[in-house]
Amino acid sequence: MQNEWPLWEVFIRGQHGLSHRHVGSLHAADAEGAIKNARDVYTRRNEGVSIWVVEARQIAASSPGDKGPFYEPANDKVYRHPGFFDIPDDAGAM
Amino acid sequence: MSDPLFEFLCRMGDNTLVLGHRVSEWCGVAPVLEEDIALANTALDLIGQTTLWLNLAGEVEGAGRDADALAFRRDVREFRNLLLVEQPNGDFGRTIMRQFLFDAWHRACLSALCESTHDGIAAIAEKSLKEVTYHLERASDTVIGLGDGTDESHARMQTALDRLWPFVGEMFTGDDVDKAMTSAGIAPDPASLRPAFDEKVTDVLTNATLTPPESDFAHRGGKTGKRHSEHLGHLLTQMQWLQRAYPDATW
Repeated sequence: MQNEWPLWEVFIRGQHGLSHRHVGSLHAADAEGAIKNARDVYTRRNEGVSIWVVEARQIAASSPGDKGPFYEPANDKVYRHPGFFDIPDDAGAM
Repeated sequence: MSDPLFEFLCRMGDNTLVLGHRVSEWCGVAPVLEEDIALANTALDLIGQTTLWLNLAGEVEGAGRDADALAFRRDVREFRNLLLVEQPNGDFGRTIMRQFLFDAWHRACLSALCESTHDGIAAIAEKSLKEVTYHLERASDTVIGLGDGTDESHARMQTALDRLWPFVGEMFTGDDVDKAMTSAGIAPDPASLRPAFDEKVTDVLTNATLTPPESDFAHRGGKTGKRHSEHLGHLLTQMQWLQRAYPDATW
């Protein structure tokens, strides 16, 4: 619908040192409006220190239909996980 | 005249109380979800500020009244809010224009109050200023977006400005209460806030392609409590109905 504001995806960084996480989406007329709306919709309880917004149509996404070719080949290759080493006790937590 | 400090604190608290209630009337019925939540946030900020102002007013008065008693147990003639904030919401554009005009004054007022000789007032002003800075920014963007928007949104915003402009003058009109506050260094002379207000409003309205009316006619009587508009009484019947119907109800 041409009268609808575009959809924006919202990413919030909870505290310094953590990466931005997707928290949801909202409508806004432009990027600045989207950040203000995100402030009001998603950070009312002190959830964030930084907000990113990106217009939803700008996000390229993998297709759910490609699930098999994309991800299944990794299932039977346990040797890709570094699980076959004995870790010396004095190495501590890895 | 009762204690000027008590009067002044009631004026600050009644402004935020009445506007907070007005804005909360949008809860659940705003044009889009995002605006609905943003308006509710603004209303909650204002009600939070009210609690601070009216509790301090109650302390200063020393008659055992707290913020709740002042908010819910006074009748219309005892309210000291500006006429602007009691005006009905109208359409969304008029609500935003009212918010913008109030925020522009509110921010100038709170900035000055941060320098108050009264520590309690300076502390409330400093806390409120952060919230109000955001309110003003948000309202300014929306006034510009709608004013410089479609033919219909522009026309509605110009109509809102024409309708609300006669309530601007009262914000800058002083009386004996203000004189007492100014000479004690507690609060600024209302007239001194006008240049900052004018600068902000001119900038935003120019960007919004809106023109303020030429007449500076100003309705008065809200902050003195002498002559509220008929709308405040109706607002109080909603806001105070529970205390009126069930005094001292607890649950």
